[in-house]
Amino acid sequence: MFEAGELIRTRVMNPDGHTRIPAYLRGRPGRILNCAGTFLFSDARASGRSDVVEPLYTVLFTARDLWGADADVTGSLAADLFESYLEKHT
Amino acid sequence: MTHSHEHDHNASAAISNRVKQLIGTLERRGILTEDQVDATIRTFLSSARPANGFSVVARAWVDATFKQRLLADATSAVGEIGVDLSHWAPVRIRAVENTPVLHNVIVCTLCSCYPLSLLGPSPTWYKSEAYRSRVVRDPRGVLNEFGVYLAPDKEVRVWDSTSEVRYLVVPERPAGTDGRSEAELAGLVSTNGLIGTALV
Repeated sequence: MFEAGELIRTRVMNPDGHTRIPAYLRGRPGRILNCAGTFLFSDARASGRSDVVEPLYTVLFTARDLWGADADVTGSLAADLFESYLEKHT
Repeated sequence: MTHSHEHDHNASAAISNRVKQLIGTLERRGILTEDQVDATIRTFLSSARPANGFSVVARAWVDATFKQRLLADATSAVGEIGVDLSHWAPVRIRAVENTPVLHNVIVCTLCSCYPLSLLGPSPTWYKSEAYRSRVVRDPRGVLNEFGVYLAPDKEVRVWDSTSEVRYLVVPERPAGTDGRSEAELAGLVSTNGLIGTALV
């Protein structure tokens, strides 16, 4: 479980099957805005399993952390990411 | 890339075939007709109108306590203006508010997630690869192409609806609209305003 305000890093991952973490958001530092609830885990559901649930977090990234120094300094991006896409920020 | 693209096509063709077979079987057994299926879809979509979103925004502009409830829990708050979400998948609705220092814009980079219940079917451009790939990387540039120019120090926040939350932008109330009725205010709001590609 993660708390609102906590710093996280998204995992670097390339699963063979369906996933709902876009490639451009993998391996990036972000901050938990809030937990959006607990839902069927889409990656497992896509392979026919309807018994796996996970917390879903709204995570905020800075545009600079996603796109580098050319990005808008004030820009930000939020996305909804399942818990297993995230790890503690180190 | 090519492989996964083909895979997507095959998967959607397979689902489409299954649906056709299922409807065919139900018809042959006299349980259901294709016309009934079409009528059900029409009824379902007839309640999904952009006017729902316009009403939500107008109410938020005139009623500060409604706006608080909307920003805290839009899934519940939209029920107050008569939007019935009970027929929809168990997604959450989240309203995000534009302010003098923050502009919000919505996208779904993975597919075409959209708050259909509040905005009706999405505009074609919303589903285009150009919009989906560019708005995350260069939101100001894309907004300029929509005729929206923001102060350089205003934060532009992109919401990528990657999962079970659907987003709705609450635009800033236009200046000079004091005293307008809720219905008049609803008439000022556009679909693009609720996606964030217009100011209102």
